[in-house]
Amino acid sequence: MEKRVLFRSTWLPWVLIAPQLAIIGVFFFLPAGQAVLQSFQLEDAFGMSREWVGLENFRQLLTNPDYLGSFQRTAVFSVLVAGIGIVVSLALAIFADRIVRFAMVYKTLLIVPYAVAPVIAGVLWVFLFSPSIGVVTYYLGRLGITWNHLMNENQAMALIVLASVWKQISYNFLFFLAGLQSIPKALIEAASIDGAGPWRRFWNIQLPLLSPTTFFLLVINIVYAFFDTFGIIDAATQGGPGQSTSILVYKVYLDGFKALDLGGSAAQSVILMAIVIVLTVIQFRYVEKKVQY
Amino acid sequence: MQFKQLGLAACMLATGLAAQAQTEIQWWHSMTAVNNEWVNDLAKQFNESQKAYKVVPTYKGSYPESMTAAIASFRAGNSPHILQVFEVGTATMMASKGATVPVGKVMKDAGADFNPGAYIPAVAAYYTAPDGQMLSFPFNSSTTVAYYNKDAFKKAGLNPDKLPTTWPEVFEAAKKLKASGHSCPMTLAWQGWTQLESFSAWHNVEFATHKNGLAADGYKARLKINSPLHVRHIDNLAQAAKNGEFVYRGRNADAQASFTSGDCAMIQTSSGYYGDVAKNAKFAYGLAPLPYYPDVKGAPQNTVIGGASLWVMSGKKPEEYKGVAKFFEFLSQTKVQAASHQRTGYLPITMAAFELTDKSGFYQKNPGTDVAVNQMIRKVTDNSRGIRLGNYLQIRTIEDEELEQVWAGKKTGKQALDSIVTRGNELLARFEKSYKK
Repeated sequence: MEKRVLFRSTWLPWVLIAPQLAIIGVFFFLPAGQAVLQSFQLEDAFGMSREWVGLENFRQLLTNPDYLGSFQRTAVFSVLVAGIGIVVSLALAIFADRIVRFAMVYKTLLIVPYAVAPVIAGVLWVFLFSPSIGVVTYYLGRLGITWNHLMNENQAMALIVLASVWKQISYNFLFFLAGLQSIPKALIEAASIDGAGPWRRFWNIQLPLLSPTTFFLLVINIVYAFFDTFGIIDAATQGGPGQSTSILVYKVYLDGFKALDLGGSAAQSVILMAIVIVLTVIQFRYVEKKVQY
Repeated sequence: MQFKQLGLAACMLATGLAAQAQTEIQWWHSMTAVNNEWVNDLAKQFNESQKAYKVVPTYKGSYPESMTAAIASFRAGNSPHILQVFEVGTATMMASKGATVPVGKVMKDAGADFNPGAYIPAVAAYYTAPDGQMLSFPFNSSTTVAYYNKDAFKKAGLNPDKLPTTWPEVFEAAKKLKASGHSCPMTLAWQGWTQLESFSAWHNVEFATHKNGLAADGYKARLKINSPLHVRHIDNLAQAAKNGEFVYRGRNADAQASFTSGDCAMIQTSSGYYGDVAKNAKFAYGLAPLPYYPDVKGAPQNTVIGGASLWVMSGKKPEEYKGVAKFFEFLSQTKVQAASHQRTGYLPITMAAFELTDKSGFYQKNPGTDVAVNQMIRKVTDNSRGIRLGNYLQIRTIEDEELEQVWAGKKTGKQALDSIVTRGNELLARFEKSYKK
């Protein structure tokens, strides 16, 4: 069933959405358009000379094995961040939903990490896992695990996944909690009367009813992993060791903001944008069909 | 009526202020902690020494960050007057003709007293264009030196008064430190700078073609760091890493904390790290020149400079440039330079400042502080004048990435260095293409 509101006026709807359109235009379409333009140019840092190079920037990227290698890393990273982030925060939301006493305290504590800037999150985790002074490293050492993310690629990946997930859990948690609380109590009570245990109630009632939230969070988390994690990586591993944690967005940041290669960086961000658009379309066309509203 | 009077009064006040107002000179820098205080003190001293100009120093983040900020502001038409740029960004600044004004020109136009010949040759050569024009003002120049924990040396049965001078001696010391139970005998900071750049100049071998990028056609430079000597050295370090005698502690300056805390016994890093060690090290320490391979002819030569220089941005008023020139004149004074050198551990930059410091007895009182200077004040060769390459920040990242794989035992020295050369040269070719003559 489609819901539709009919406006008789021809101009009123446009006026009503104008502020939103203006914001999207200034903060999304304008910079995105500029990125597309710059991706076809070779430019010095100060913009004193600008040369039209056509697809050269893209050709250079796509023939570079190091760049192609970072697609796979980005995929692994995004799946881990989105997957772990959603599962853990769903579990936390379910527990928080059941708590009767001090619920506010738990909720607040779970939401706090969202207020932490990505770079700070990266630094915090690096302190905990620092090979020379880290607290966690010390206890892992006593368990017989040598932690050195400066040398071990898998540990470096684990570290940035951990920091990124931790940072995003609050956001996911809030949405899941709101979703759980909007499920009519009557449904759950009816199921209880019919003899359904907690697990059954979760699996057959709460989870399906949460599917719109889960789907929304899946999209948001993938976008988060793709775009918002460069601060964490810069603070934690700087893409190393080797290039094991240099994911696509980190290379965009490094080449554009630190190395001032605007053309190359713009081409990368155009590719990144294309990937996320395709992913989002796929998600809406295929995954959303399984969502029950 | 009252409003009119008020308005008139306001107007008069405004014109009065304008007549008195000092010309403000914006100075963006990247100095933190003790060095930030130093920069602020310099501006304060200058502002108090005269009335016409006011220098306003602003911390704009790390070197790459402040450079990015300045570029963004330049594109928006409100750049600072003076920008501190690290050596890695020098080629980028030089390539951006029109965005900056050569310091030589600023000084000449203002009729200021300025003698590029006063500078230590390796410093002056680095910031001078092939046509002889000095492009930026040498400010905080540093070079690479070695620091040793003498207490740890004593514990390992090594002579703390005879610090190692060659690589074989360093590896030998690392072995003994390891045997004495030390968990981190040696670490390295700024691995690309200390182990490839300075290493090349120190052994008088080519780092890149076209005089390491300093020649008139330096934009055509390509890397040469996969020579047998480079391979041998990186393989030696790889072996030490395998034995636990060299412990990798991260990129850039990350490893420094391990030395100051006493965790690692030997480190090679910037001479600008001296202030930190002097303030925070709770053990006896010593400075020494970088080690070298005694069988290499011509070694030791001199080490290359790092640190930063001050660039003057274009598009400002003549009056403001006059202020910049006055400020640089102030900074050029021998006593100011000598004081800065003694305070920070950066190089004295001019011979006069070095001699003044020497005469004051500073080097006797603070043994080791002259190491960096002695490493620099030598007759330079084409291999040792400095390294100035385009896209250099990305090349440094490539060096980090590849060397890390050697330390982890995933690549041999040869494989990693070949890869640095191939990947780096792609970036250099890109720079050459965007370069406008």
